[in-house]
Amino acid sequence: MLHQIFVDPFLQMADMPDFLLQVIWEGFVAGVLYALIALGFVLIFKASGVFNFAQGIMVVFAGLTLVGLHEAGVPAYLALALAISVMALLAIAVERFVMRPLVNQPDIILLMSTIGMTYFLIGLGEFVFGGEPKKMITRELGLPTGSTEIEIGEQGLVILQHIDIAAAVIAIIMVSALALFFNKTRIGRALRAVADDHQAAQSVGISLNQIWAIVWFAAGIVALATGIMWGARSDVSFALEIVALKALPVLILGGFTSIPGAIVGGLIIGIGEKIGEIYWGPLVGGGIESWLAYMIALIFLLFRPQGLFGERIIERV
Amino acid sequence: MFYREAGQFKTSYEADQQVFPILQDRIGVAIILGVAIFIVPFVANDFFLSAIAIPFLILALATIGLNVLTGYAGQLSLGTGGFMGVGAYACYKLTTLFPDVSIVVHILLSGFAAAAVGMVFGLPSLRIKGLYLAVTTLAAQFFLEWCFIRIPWLYNYNASGAIEVPGRQILGTMVTGASAGSVPRYFTVLAIVILLTVLVKNLLRGRIGRQWMMIRDMDIAAELMGVRPLYAKLSAFAVSSYLCGVAGAMFVFFYLGAAEPSAFSITLSFQILFMAILGGLGSLVGCFFGAAFIWALPIILRAGPPMIGIPIAAETAFHITSMIIGALIVTFLILEPHGLARLWQIGKEKLRVWPFPYA
Repeated sequence: MLHQIFVDPFLQMADMPDFLLQVIWEGFVAGVLYALIALGFVLIFKASGVFNFAQGIMVVFAGLTLVGLHEAGVPAYLALALAISVMALLAIAVERFVMRPLVNQPDIILLMSTIGMTYFLIGLGEFVFGGEPKKMITRELGLPTGSTEIEIGEQGLVILQHIDIAAAVIAIIMVSALALFFNKTRIGRALRAVADDHQAAQSVGISLNQIWAIVWFAAGIVALATGIMWGARSDVSFALEIVALKALPVLILGGFTSIPGAIVGGLIIGIGEKIGEIYWGPLVGGGIESWLAYMIALIFLLFRPQGLFGERIIERV
Repeated sequence: MFYREAGQFKTSYEADQQVFPILQDRIGVAIILGVAIFIVPFVANDFFLSAIAIPFLILALATIGLNVLTGYAGQLSLGTGGFMGVGAYACYKLTTLFPDVSIVVHILLSGFAAAAVGMVFGLPSLRIKGLYLAVTTLAAQFFLEWCFIRIPWLYNYNASGAIEVPGRQILGTMVTGASAGSVPRYFTVLAIVILLTVLVKNLLRGRIGRQWMMIRDMDIAAELMGVRPLYAKLSAFAVSSYLCGVAGAMFVFFYLGAAEPSAFSITLSFQILFMAILGGLGSLVGCFFGAAFIWALPIILRAGPPMIGIPIAAETAFHITSMIIGALIVTFLILEPHGLARLWQIGKEKLRVWPFPYA
C-alpha cells in the first residue's frame, strides 16, 4: 500500500518522461486558465474588497455573448468588439445598481450580492442565448488550431495544441499589459491607491465609483479572454461556472490581493491536480480532480493562512 | 394596542427567563402551531403538502443548522449541501442495515454522522477565518460529493448509483417510500423540526450559545475572557452539521424519495445560504422566513403567469425566474441587509405603539 502511494507513481514518472511532460503541459495550460479567472477575482477584490463570485459566470456570459452574436450573423471581429462593449455596460450596471448602494456593507453581504448576480446572469444568458453548449469561433477569430509534436529522446513525444500555446501567450501579454497599466498610467495608479486605502484615495480626489466601474470592466475583459480560451478548448457552456470555482483555491494559494500570486497559484494548482489525478487518482478510483485543488489549498492554508504573496494580517482586540 | 407588554410583571426567575416572555407572543406561537398541526394537514391538498410545506420545513431546519454556524458562531460555510448529503447517506445505510429500528431513530442518529464529518472539516476554522474558511468548506462540499459518487458501499452497490428510499412505518402508518401519504410525512417532519428548533433555541440561550456569539463578535477577546476557541468552534460545527444532517436525511426520506449525489451539489449549499442571509443571520425565526421566501418564490413565479392567462414556455419561465430571483436577492440585500427577521422586528416595534405612534 505504502509502496503504491509513495514509490509507484514516481517510478511511473521516471519510466515515461515524455508522458510526464505531456501531463505537466496539460496542467500548465489548465493552470493558466485558472490563473486568468483568479486574475479577475484579484482585480475586483483589490479595488473594492468584494469577493466576486460572479467571475465564473462572467466568463461564460462573455463567451456566450461573443458566440451568440456571431451566430446571429455579426462578423467575428465586430462581435468581439460588441462583446467588449457588453462587458463595459455590465461593469457600469454592476457599479451603479449593486456596488454603489451596497457600499460599506459587511463582506458576506457583498459576497451574497455577487451570488445574486450569478443567478441573474445565468438566467439572462440562457434566456438570450439558450442553454445548450456552443462551439467557440476559434477559426474566425484567427486563433491557431493545429498541433505540434515535439520529439524527446527515443520515441518520446509531446503534443502541444497551438490553441494552448496561444492561450499561454495571451495570458502573458494580458498580465504584462495589466502590470503596465497598474504601474504607468494615471488610472492604474488611482486603482492602486484605492486598493491601499479607500478613504485616503477619496480624499485626494479619486472617484471611487469611476474606479469601480473601470475595475469591473477590466475584470470583464479578462473574463472575455478566459471565455475565448476556455471555449476553444472545450465548449462554451454553463458547466464552466463550476470549473471557475477552482479559481478559489488558486486565490488561497496566491493570496487574495496579489496578481503574481494568482499566476503562481494557478500554475501550482493546475499542474498539481493533473499530476495527482494521473498518478495518484487511480488508487482511489479516479475523479479526484474535482476536490484535489481544494485539499491542496486547505493543507496549504494550515501552514500559511495569508497565502503565498498575501499581506500578513495583524489583528488587534 | 393589542401587542403591548405593559402590566405583565415577572415575579419569578423562571418567568423572566422563558423563551417567550410576552403573553401575546405565546398566543401567537400557539396559534401558528395550532394552524400547522390541526388545520394545514386537513385543509391543504396533496400538492401543497408535498411540494411546499414539507420541503419548506426541512429546508428551514437546514437553514437553522447553517445559521448556528454562520449567524451565531460567525464561521462562513459553503458546505451545507455536503453535510446534508452525509446525513442522507448515513440514514440510508442505517435503515437498510437495521430495517426494524424506527426510521425516526435512524434520522436522528444519522445527524451524528454528519456532525462527525462536520467537526473534521471544522478543524481548519481554528486557524483560518472569513472568506478563506468559506473556500475550505468548499473542499468539504466537493470531497463529500465525490465520496457519494465513488464509494459504492454508501449506496449499497446499486447499479443506478442513487439511493432509493425503502418503505418504513411509524405506528403502522407508512411514512417513507412511494406509498406513503403526504399527511403522515408532514406530521413526522413537523414533529422533528419542532423538537430540534426548541432544542436549538435553548442551546442558543445557554452558555454554549453565548460562547458562539462571543467567538463571532471577536474571537481574540472571547479567548481572553476564557472561551476556548477549539471547543466553541468545533461544537458550533458539530451542532450545525447535526441539524444539516438530519435535514438532509429528511430531505431524501420525506421529500425526494430517491436521491442522486447531484441532489447535494453546491447549488443546494448556496440555496441554504441565501435562506439564512435573506431570513436574517443570527435569528431563528428568520430561518423560517428565509426558507419560505426562497422556496416558495420560484413556485409562485412559475405558477403565476399561467394563472392570469399569460402562456409561457416552461424553459423560458425557468430562465426568467432565475433572473428575477437574482435581481430580488440583490434588491433585498440593498434594502434590508439584515434580512426578513429585521423587518419582522421593525413590524413588532410599530405594532407596540399602534395606533398612537407619538403618544
